[in-house]
This record gives sequence, structure tokens and C-alpha cells, in this order.
Amino acid sequence: MRYLPLTEADRQAMLAAIGVVGVDDLFKDVPVPARRDAPVDLPFHAGEMAVEHRLTALAQKNLSAGCAPFFIGAGVYRHHIPAAVDALIQRGEFLTSYTPYQPEVSQGTLQYLFEFQSQVALLTGMDVANASMYDGATATAEAAAMACRVTKRAHILLSGDLHPHYRSVTATALQYSGLDVEALPPDPLGSEDLIGRIGPDTACVVVQNPGFFGRLRDATALAAACHAAGALLVMAVAEPVSLGLVKAPGDMDADIVVAEGQSIGNPMAFGGPGLGLFATRDKYVRQMPGRLVGQTVDGDGRRGWVLTLSTREQHIRREKATSNICTNSGLCALAFTIHLSLLGEAGFRRLARLNHAHAVMLAEKLAPLKGVRLLSQTFFNEFAVALPKSAAEVVEALARRGVLGGVPVSRFYPSYPELDGVLLLAATETTAEADMDALADALREVL
Amino acid sequence: MAETSRGLMLEEPLIFEQDSPGLCGVDLPEPPLVIDRLGGLERQEAIGLPGLSEPAVVRHYTRLSQKNVGIDSVFYPLGSCTMKHNPRINEKLARLPGLADIHPFQPASTVQGALELIDLTAHWLKTLTGMPAIAMSPAAGAHGEFCGLMTIRAALEDRREKRLRILVPESAHGTNPASAAACGFTVDPIPATARGRVDLAAMKAKLGGDVAGLMLTNPNTCGLFEDEILEIAEAVHQAGGYFYCDGANYNAIVGRVRVADLGVDVMHINLHKTFSTPHGGGGPGAGPTVLSAALAPFAPLPAVVHDDRGFRLVEHAAQSGAKPCGRLKGYHGQFGVFVRALAYMMSMGADGLRQASSDAVLSANYLLAELASELTPSFAGPCMHEALFDDRFLKDTGVTTLDFAKAMIDEGFHPMTMYFPLVVHGALLMEPTETESKDTLDRFIASLRGLARRAKGGAAASFKAAPVHTPRRRLDETAAARTPVLRWRR
Amino acid sequence: MSKTYFTSEHEWIDVEGEIGTVGITDYAQHALGDVVFVELPALGKTVAKGTETAVVESVKAASEVFSPASGEIVATNDAIVSQPGLVNEACESTAWFFKLRLSNPAELNGLMDRPAYEDFVKGLE
Repeated sequence: MRYLPLTEADRQAMLAAIGVVGVDDLFKDVPVPARRDAPVDLPFHAGEMAVEHRLTALAQKNLSAGCAPFFIGAGVYRHHIPAAVDALIQRGEFLTSYTPYQPEVSQGTLQYLFEFQSQVALLTGMDVANASMYDGATATAEAAAMACRVTKRAHILLSGDLHPHYRSVTATALQYSGLDVEALPPDPLGSEDLIGRIGPDTACVVVQNPGFFGRLRDATALAAACHAAGALLVMAVAEPVSLGLVKAPGDMDADIVVAEGQSIGNPMAFGGPGLGLFATRDKYVRQMPGRLVGQTVDGDGRRGWVLTLSTREQHIRREKATSNICTNSGLCALAFTIHLSLLGEAGFRRLARLNHAHAVMLAEKLAPLKGVRLLSQTFFNEFAVALPKSAAEVVEALARRGVLGGVPVSRFYPSYPELDGVLLLAATETTAEADMDALADALREVL
Repeated sequence: MAETSRGLMLEEPLIFEQDSPGLCGVDLPEPPLVIDRLGGLERQEAIGLPGLSEPAVVRHYTRLSQKNVGIDSVFYPLGSCTMKHNPRINEKLARLPGLADIHPFQPASTVQGALELIDLTAHWLKTLTGMPAIAMSPAAGAHGEFCGLMTIRAALEDRREKRLRILVPESAHGTNPASAAACGFTVDPIPATARGRVDLAAMKAKLGGDVAGLMLTNPNTCGLFEDEILEIAEAVHQAGGYFYCDGANYNAIVGRVRVADLGVDVMHINLHKTFSTPHGGGGPGAGPTVLSAALAPFAPLPAVVHDDRGFRLVEHAAQSGAKPCGRLKGYHGQFGVFVRALAYMMSMGADGLRQASSDAVLSANYLLAELASELTPSFAGPCMHEALFDDRFLKDTGVTTLDFAKAMIDEGFHPMTMYFPLVVHGALLMEPTETESKDTLDRFIASLRGLARRAKGGAAASFKAAPVHTPRRRLDETAAARTPVLRWRR
Repeated sequence: MSKTYFTSEHEWIDVEGEIGTVGITDYAQHALGDVVFVELPALGKTVAKGTETAVVESVKAASEVFSPASGEIVATNDAIVSQPGLVNEACESTAWFFKLRLSNPAELNGLMDRPAYEDFVKGLE
């Protein structure tokens, strides 16, 4: 067993030093009926070759995105990850360290988290960001709860253009908190009236930009209406690459911004792990959940970094903490930070323009097809189309032709038959024009 | 920055301080010309990101890594965190395109291997614990706690019983009361005995018709097995409550004790502790949560099911035939972490996992026995996978637990967990795991004995000055909190 | 002539006429360590005896300040908000937290005087 360094002689010597005969003596506090004398009914240990063989066989049963024309988004996006990102995050000093509780031997982690916080604040146009959350969905729930703490109000209004998983996670997480989560019906056309539903007990309105159905919104007027009513505007961003081209939430006067950071530096990995981004205004920082890194000096007066404002957190405030979160997504945050550092201002801007241009090209190729109606008049790299038949069936038929052709909205909203024909399609910098043509050809056959 | 690097004492400015405007470390094609669909919502101002070439970025993050320690570089006995070896085969397999480059919303027919992998990981965890059901989606330990309490709350609602009080030992990790509060429960602390275990009589006295259940870490945060656990479980059940076991310390008993045999209703498992997935500087983790038959119907969605057409996902309550408590996380859980944990479980096997628990407990007891002469153990052994000491051995030396920990850094070790659990004064919680050789343990023991003798010998000043062999001396946390600087500004 | 009372939660209240000035004791500031943050109640707020009225935090600890008596907040000490370190330097004088217009002075009878409080603290050590 290659991971276990103790020899049988070591074990005997250690048992002797402890003063017991066998290891079983060390488990004497386990009640007799609960002790197991033999291994459970699972395979015994295996070498690297055998494990690799078994898991590679499972991997080969999947159609990976690189092997097919690929147009799926809906909150998880396929982007090219520069090779340097993955090489650097596998350095053992990053990979095998833990939360930087001992700052003197964790300056590497602390400094990259400080850089990460700075990048997230810049991207979102906000004052301050934390060191990450689990994912965009859980960050949204945390933001809604935070808005209720800030405003001392209980009504949370969720847009119908917010990602359905963000909606359901928020509703689930807060269902026993005494808060009132109102989720508006799915809104593919941008017709909902959020301002009219803000009431005296509204803590926040939660919108997404670009919307789940693709549409871009300028939330400036909504923010003003929220503030006039004493409520906060929470803006979710499911595709952070959009922040290289689309007006920042901070420039629309959002109070809290949450985002899914996977798009930058992290593989899709079947949807997890993700990377929750969380940013807000300076004045709300003490109500913020999650870890924060701050700048300070050491005993010799040299600049360094530490975890700070910890009294918000569970290990000090316990049941009064701003959140129960402990572990976050440190390594995913590192991948995000390295990818964004490689891109820089010029590269990130170009990446965003490339995504948008590919999506526009895709829309232009599909819009003329008989039966395809573009629902999103504005969009970034993903848009919704209405089809004359079940989008779920269309997607299955496309898959049989080797094309991963988007996400049917019915997968999220099975009880809304009017959405059966709605299909979400995404294009990124990885989408080749030949792939777009393959989708158009396949759609012609299927529709 | 005035600081300059000398040899391997690296001074590294922030990435923002290395800006060469216009440089880019990624070559991307010029975007095709299109008529934009932004509706006038274009971002106008510069974002403020620095420009660097690829080699500059690689050097920057390589140099940052050299200011860190990890399990790869040092013995890291951080109690309660289970810093064990992170095998690299796990990393290699998690990067296979068929596992990394797949999307959660691909048609099920194109991700049969991924769904089977989730199902297989679930099978291993259910078999090891003996529990009949599992929720795979929680993202970390605290999220698993939340999941477990959410299922308890949902089950109580289903029984139409208003039980809002949760019993939590004083020694519990801070996430326990925080998770309970997030589920709308009130936390009622229960005291410990002089033996470091739940005071059974005191706990029984607190049981009643308003008690939803008990949250108990086992082995507990003092590193001890709760030897009255069967009586505890029975009392909670008789009072109509559920028994939540915090599985943070499951590493001690894998393959030697089945959780189901302890009367547990629900327990989360930290894959990033017990099953070797990397801690990554603080995540990502995963907290799959095993459930008893009583709580299984309330597990959150999604779930992977298997029938004659293959594997598929249940994503909506109406399709589930159960009473799910909702959805806790986007998509289908920490899939990339499952791949790593499954690779580890397969590598170790039923026999190796049992041996790992045995070795972890053996190593902790070895530390406890060998350090008892110079340090002060809080409780009599045997312990489980971690050895707990308090600061009585430092009494009147002028050296605190914090000073002692900082001095350990100069000896080449990552410190143990300090000041946790709270029930012990100046706690020093050491978890060697099964990863360390006897040579390493012996070197550690000799080093700690030496430090303890030095402290008792009146060397307080040198402890206060520690660490010195680090990129930075002790950092001013008071200044950081009084005047927070949380981001770079031009 | 003012009179000072103490609580078992380590607050003091100095009463002169109908106004009580509230702060934390030297024992409390010492137990907290370097104070980094103080949150004070809004002026005009009515508080009941024993309710959480202010917050004081160090790097590793957070503590509520409970009002030793009922009344209306008539003044707060904003200096300790901008300079939390004052609490460590002068917690029983200039670094007071808030002033109350007492609504029920009879409540004070249940509190300790200085000798009783000093005995109480000795018992904790």
C-alpha cells in the first residue's frame, strides 16, 4: 500500500512505546457491537495502473466537449484554459496547503487571495470582494441573507431571469430562516415588473446580467428604485467573461455582486467544483460572509498579508456568524487569478469580444433557419431561441448526430409547457465556425 | 517596494505592481467583425488589470508558491483538518477530458460514465458507513452539516412536529452552531465530562418534546471516541429526535466502525480530509452526507438513479417520488472532487482504508505517549486519530500556546491546531494522520520535547521572537483589522 | 455626586441624576485584547436592561455589551468607533460607550458596587 509509510516493525515498536499489545487495544472505547473485525465488502487495494484503467473506462463513456460541436452554457461555460494555469495550481505548496491560519508560512496563499479579491473587485466594479464561496448559486443565497441583515427586512425578490439553480438554492437555503423568498415566474422575454413589486419589507431584488435567457439589462433604474425604497440590489453574473465587455454591476449601482467564477481558469468538470465570487460596498463589509485577506506589516515592518475581520465568522461568532462557511474554493480562486493575470487588460477585453462575436455569428447563422426564432434581442455569448417543437427532443436528436446543441429550458422548468420549445445556445472563443455550420445543418434536419 | 530578494529569500510584488500596459500572456485571434448585440451596454472605462507576459506570470506564481508550506513539503499535523498525502494519480485522472471537459447539462446519454462515477462513489461511501442513502451535492463539511440539518428539519415538518432545539456539545466546531442557526434551530450547549466526553446525564436532562436532535462529532473534537454513543443515540431517538454525527473525524474509524452501527441518522463526510482530495489552500472540498432510511426521503436533489435504460439524474421533486428538502448547490455536486476521492478509495481498497485508520490512530497514540513526559495531555488515552494537549506545561513560563506554535515553525513543522477545542485551555491539537513515517514522528517528538524544555528553562524571549526562519515574521493582525486594506488600489 | 455600578457581564454604569454612562471594565478589555472594532447604538433608541446594545471586537473575539439598565440612548462616544484602541487605554474613563436616560433607576439595585465587583473578578481567576 504505497501511501502508508509505517513498516510492520515500526508498528510493533510504536505499540510497545504506547504500552499496548495490538492496534485493537487502541479502539477499546468503541462499543463492542459496533466493532468490525474484517474489511467491508469492497474491492481490496489496487495499483495505479488498475485504478487508471478503471476510471479511464468511465471517462470514455462520456462524450467530452472537445469531441463534438458544443453549444452548452446555462451557467457553466467552456473556455480555453492556458497550460500555465494548470501547471501552476499543481505546485504542491499551493495544492497541498490548507486555509492560511499560520500567515508566516502561508504568504503565497494569502498574497494570491489578496490579488484575487482585488481582481474580483475590479471586474465587478465594487469596493471589496471576499476570498471566494462554493459557487454562484450558494453565493446568491448568501447575498440575499446578507441583504436581510443589512436592511433588517425579510422580503427577497428573485427575478425570473435569474438562473433557476440560483433561485432554487436560495429558496432552499432560506426556507427555515423566517425570510420570505418570492421567485417570479421564468421570464424569457424580459417582461417582468420588478420595481412594482418592491415593498416596504423588501430587503433586496436579485437580478442576473446577462440574464439566464441571455438578455442584457441596464439595472441602473432598478438600483435607484431599490435604494429609494430602502432595499439593496443584488446582481448575479453567471458568465464573468461578460465583464470584459458589458457594463459592470458596480457602474449600475449594485450593492452586492455574486458570480460564478468557473469560466475563468477552471474546467467544466460536470458542474463542480465551482467558484463563488462575492463583492460589495465598503460600508457592508462587516455583514459579508466568507474569508477575507487584508494587508498589514510584520514585526520588521515589511508588507504582508493575513486573514482578517474574522469575528464575522463561525469559528468565533458560532451561531451568530454571518455564514456557516469554512472551506471555500481556494484552488479554483488561484486558477481564476492566474488565468486573469495571463490575460491582463488587453487579453481579457479581447476574450470577451471574441465570445460576443462568436455568439453573434451563431445567431446570424441560425436565425434564418425555418422554425428558429431568436428570443434575445441583446445578449453576450448565450441566447434563447424558440423552436416549433420540444427543445428537449431536438437536443436528443442533435446528440444522436454528434452535436451537443444547447440546453432545453424545460430541463429547469418542466411545469411550464409554454417553455417546451425554448432552447439556450452558447458560443465561446472555443466555438469554431465549422461547428456553427454543423449545428445549423443538424438543426435543418431535425426541425 | 524597497525589499529586494536575496538567494531564496524572495520578495515578490503584487501582480498589479508588475504591469507592462499592453502586454498579454495569452495569444487570442482578432475577433471577427460583427454588429454587436449589446444594446448600448458596453463597458467604457478600463478595468484596471495589469498586463504581463506568460513567463512573468509563471515566475510570479512560482515565487508565491515558495512562500507556502504544504503536506508535500512539511509535516502538517493540523488537528481536525486531516492533512494527509494527496496522491497525484487523483489529479491526473480528474484531468482526463472525459471527466474534466464535460458539461452538467449534456444529455444523459452522453455522460453515462460521469453518472456511473457519481453512483460508484456513492456506493463506496454507503458501503463503508453502512448507511442506506446519501446526498452527494454538499460542497464542503459545513455545507454537509447544513444538508443534514435541513433533512432533519424537513422530516420534522413532515411529522408536523415543532421541534426547534438542537443539542450541541460545548466542544463542537463553530460550524455546528452556525449551521444549526442557518436552519432556524436554536442551539442548546451540552457540557462535557472530566473524561472529555458528552455528559450523558446532562444531555438526557435536556431532552424533551421540543428537541430536534443532537449534533455530535465522533470521534469528538478532543480526539476521543464517545464510548457511550449507543446510549446517547438511543436516548435521542427515544425522545423523538435525530442523531446528526459530524464526520469531520471519520478518518479515524473508516473500515473499523460502520457509522450505521452507532445509531447515526445522518453524517457528512469530508472528502478533502478522509479521502485525500487536496485542501488547495482552503478548498474546494466536498461534503457528501449519508442518511438513514428515516431521513432518506428528504435528501436534497439532484440524485443519480439507475434503471434498465442506464443512469439518469432526478432534478425535480415531482420526478423523485420522495420529499426532497430542495436543492443545495448548483449542478450535480463537486464532481471533480468525487473523481479524486474515488481514485483514492480504489487505490486503498477495503483493506487499505482499514489499515490507514489503524495507522492514523496508532500514530496519534504514539505522539500522546511520547510527548506526555514534557507536555500535558488533556485526557487519558487511548485517543483516536488526534492527540490533545493543553497549556498547563507552559504555566509560569511566559510562553503561550501561540508562541509555542510559532517556535514549531522554526523547527520545520507546520503547527498543530491551536486554541481548539475551546473546552481545553490553550489547546494544542495534533493530528499526524497515517501519512507520516516513524522517522518523521520521532523527529517531531524530539523537537517538541526540546521546545518544551526550552520554554520551561526560561527562554520565553526566543519564543516571543519566533518565527525567524520564514519569509515574514509575526504579522500585525490588530492593524489589519483596525484599518482594513482588502484590495490593491492604484 | 455620581455612583458607579458593575454587572457580572463586565459592564460599568456611572449614574448621575437620571443619566447613566456605560462602558466595559478593565477586566473585559484585558480579556478581549487589542480592540479593533466598536459598534454603538443609534441615538434615541430605547433599550431594556440586559439587552445587547453595543458590540466590541478584538482580532480573535467578539463580545456584546449588554445595557446594565433600561432607558433611552442620549449620547454615544464616537471617538472609540474611529479609534477602537482607546478602549484598551481608558475603558473606565474617556472610552465610555453610551449614555442612557434611565427609565427605571430601581433596576440598579441588583448591580454590584466596586468592592463587590472586584471580589467577583477575583473569583473568576
